Amino acid sequence: MSDATITAARRSPLSAEASSLGGVTLTPGAPLLRLILRGAEAAEAADTAFGADLPRRPNRSATAGERAALWLGPDEWLLLAPESDAASLPASLASALAQAPHALVNVSHRQTAILVSGSGVEPLLNAFVPLELTEAAFPVGMATRTIFEKAEIVLWRTGSAAFHIEVWRSFAPYVWELLEAVRRENAAN
Amino acid sequence: MLLIRCPVCEMDRPELEFRYGGEAHIARPLDPSKVSDEEWADFLYFRTNPKGLHVERWRHTAGCGRFFNAVRHTVTDRFVTTYKSGEPRPDLEALARKLESAR
Ligand SMILES: [Zn+2]
Repeated sequence: MSDATITAARRSPLSAEASSLGGVTLTPGAPLLRLILRGAEAAEAADTAFGADLPRRPNRSATAGERAALWLGPDEWLLLAPESDAASLPASLASALAQAPHALVNVSHRQTAILVSGSGVEPLLNAFVPLELTEAAFPVGMATRTIFEKAEIVLWRTGSAAFHIEVWRSFAPYVWELLEAVRRENAAN
Repeated sequence: MLLIRCPVCEMDRPELEFRYGGEAHIARPLDPSKVSDEEWADFLYFRTNPKGLHVERWRHTAGCGRFFNAVRHTVTDRFVTTYKSGEPRPDLEALARKLESAR
């Protein structure tokens, strides 16, 4: 078996294509590099290595180019970056953090993204998310772990009428289909 | 829906995101082999179960994921205050007087 090769093809758990209906666009997110960083003492070193200052304020995000750091807890961040960073960023972060106690875990394959946008986005999400989603209560740049019916998600507001949902792969069809069902219902009314 | 203030997130969040964690400020004996069976049983099993203000642990499971402490009234289910783990236990008598005078 010495000539065996391992190939890991990335397949989206979502078979649907991007589509718009009733003022809401649903888009399966493109593959991303996703890292979970744990360790409050590592944040400072990570700021420079990642290129965006990890938010210290609860439930906030920071972006730099195509990279984003989302606060999940006082010593926990979700780092998102384009897949083209997959070969270099984990290693450069790990070496920058070598002197600080931390855990850096690559969760790129664990979860996927669903992008939801359009004028009807708040009532659609509020069919399943128990948080107040007005812009005053949940401004652009806010990000948090929460629940979506029975699934745990990370909800990140990327624009006035645009949200990025991070969801574990096995829950992605469930979240997508619930969004789709309510989107159709809202469009029919 | 009942809203609970998470002292780590510094905001009110829906009850559905939280899990109850039992009575707070119960310290495990530092040297279990030195305590009597009664003291050990008391640590393991016996809780105050008050009718009124109760100091208890909660975890913001589907949020920041952190444990914190809360003072909740066991009759009205009202959360009187919440505070971070490691902070001192509030003066319950003072809190009760404050509640009484606000009625
Ligand atoms: Zn919290």
